[in-house]
Amino acid sequence: MTLLEVEAINSYYGDSHILFDISLRVEAHEVVALLGRNGAGKSTTLKTLMGVIAPRSGQIRLDGAPIAGRPPHVIARQGLQLVPEERRIFGSLDVEENLRLAMVTAPRAWPLARIWELFPRLAERRRSRGTDLSGGEQQMLAIARALVRDPRLILLDEPFEGLAPIIVQDLLRVCADLAAAGQTIVLVEQNVAAALSVAHRVYVLNNGHLVYDGTADSLRAAPAIMSRYLGV
Amino acid sequence: MLNWSNFAAQLFNGLATGALLALISVGLTIIYGTLGVLNLAHGALFMLGGYAGFVAFQATHSFLLALLAGAGFVMLAGLLIEWVVVRHFYARPAEDQILVTFGIGIVLVELVRAAFGSLAQTMPPPAWAAGVTSLGFLIYPTYRLLVMGIVAASLLALYLVLYRTRIGMVVRAGIEDAGMVSILGIDVQRVFLLVFGIGAMAAGFAGVVNAPIVSIMPDVGDNILVECFVVVVIGGVGSFPGAVAGGLIAGEIMSLTAMFDPSYSAVMLFAAMTLVLALRPQGLFGVAGRE
Repeated sequence: MTLLEVEAINSYYGDSHILFDISLRVEAHEVVALLGRNGAGKSTTLKTLMGVIAPRSGQIRLDGAPIAGRPPHVIARQGLQLVPEERRIFGSLDVEENLRLAMVTAPRAWPLARIWELFPRLAERRRSRGTDLSGGEQQMLAIARALVRDPRLILLDEPFEGLAPIIVQDLLRVCADLAAAGQTIVLVEQNVAAALSVAHRVYVLNNGHLVYDGTADSLRAAPAIMSRYLGV
Repeated sequence: MLNWSNFAAQLFNGLATGALLALISVGLTIIYGTLGVLNLAHGALFMLGGYAGFVAFQATHSFLLALLAGAGFVMLAGLLIEWVVVRHFYARPAEDQILVTFGIGIVLVELVRAAFGSLAQTMPPPAWAAGVTSLGFLIYPTYRLLVMGIVAASLLALYLVLYRTRIGMVVRAGIEDAGMVSILGIDVQRVFLLVFGIGAMAAGFAGVVNAPIVSIMPDVGDNILVECFVVVVIGGVGSFPGAVAGGLIAGEIMSLTAMFDPSYSAVMLFAAMTLVLALRPQGLFGVAGRE
């Protein structure tokens, strides 16, 4: 079943054209990686899906319902949830408040116990303010804050960036567990190896154009693509 | 003359003035912190509260009803202003926002002038709080003591709403990052409306409380607006505790300076602001790095 269908979207920042006729689909229970160099348009794609940026043309359908051009809070209520690159934890709110805020409009929120089980570290720090968390803890909270809304599709924007390898391993395990449980994920990542270890399918972007689409295995078997577009 | 009872009286005056400034500034700072709009109509909303309270007092002779009428009327005015005008300016440059709120302020002042004239109106304090109270070391107007109590209670109530309720949590998150609040499924437009209404209500409420201390005139809000900017800058933009501390500090600075020479009150206030800006540009309770 196709959960997300994107047809030829074009997005702009002011007058600069960033995304050129990007089309992609995400099946339910699938992990899709969006790869590419810095400035390829990966984050812009996620922001466009979430409604943070309205595409100038093109269609986005979530479960068949058109969502392009809707404001983020409407799209969030339909089950799409972005975990932004900058994490954007509320520093003046404590860990639990950050999660409760996300639950306010969730139709079926997770019980907090399920979050504590997935991220025991957050349970220990539930009364700590966002500003007092380490980078790894902030990233855990950013992901937890999206999960607690029980989204149909979660969009992860460079979740491993700037984190110690051991924390990246932890988060990868969480992603793998979620995927195994049927969570649909779109993952944007510079860390190609990490992304390929959890993704089923891959899209590669270059300068705002889609240049490759295939399975994770077929990309691994295409060193020319890897070196040309991903520098690997 | 500089003597102990004079000093104590000025200290108390500073506290009463500062408490009122704090209450008005809380409204200004949460509006600016959440919406990013510097509300230059805030002084006019304070003035409007005074007149709404005055009208209600004329009709009912009840101070309590005057308080409720002032706060309620200005809250409604605030909701209307956000809904009809201000929300169309969020995406516009700061100059446009400043001009439009300044314009709203002028319209409100001139509407009140047209209805009530330029002459000062007086509203007496409630009969049970008229006269003076002896504190042992100081004989002080009872109503000003009441003002400190009312303001402390309203600041506490606002604090509880902001820090102990779900809607307060949403507002605090909105002050920090309204875009992320929206990504988490909350309609920030409605949060903005509510914040503008609450901020306006604080100004209107303060306008009624202030009315028995000074007489009310259509331009009573002009100076207050400037002082509140200083308070917000000293305390840190968007910070509730900052507005409270900044208000008290500003009140004491103006009051204690007036003891020596009233004409230097404003000078010292701006000197204090300059000092804060030089040493801690984000304000006493502000977070570094935000605009």
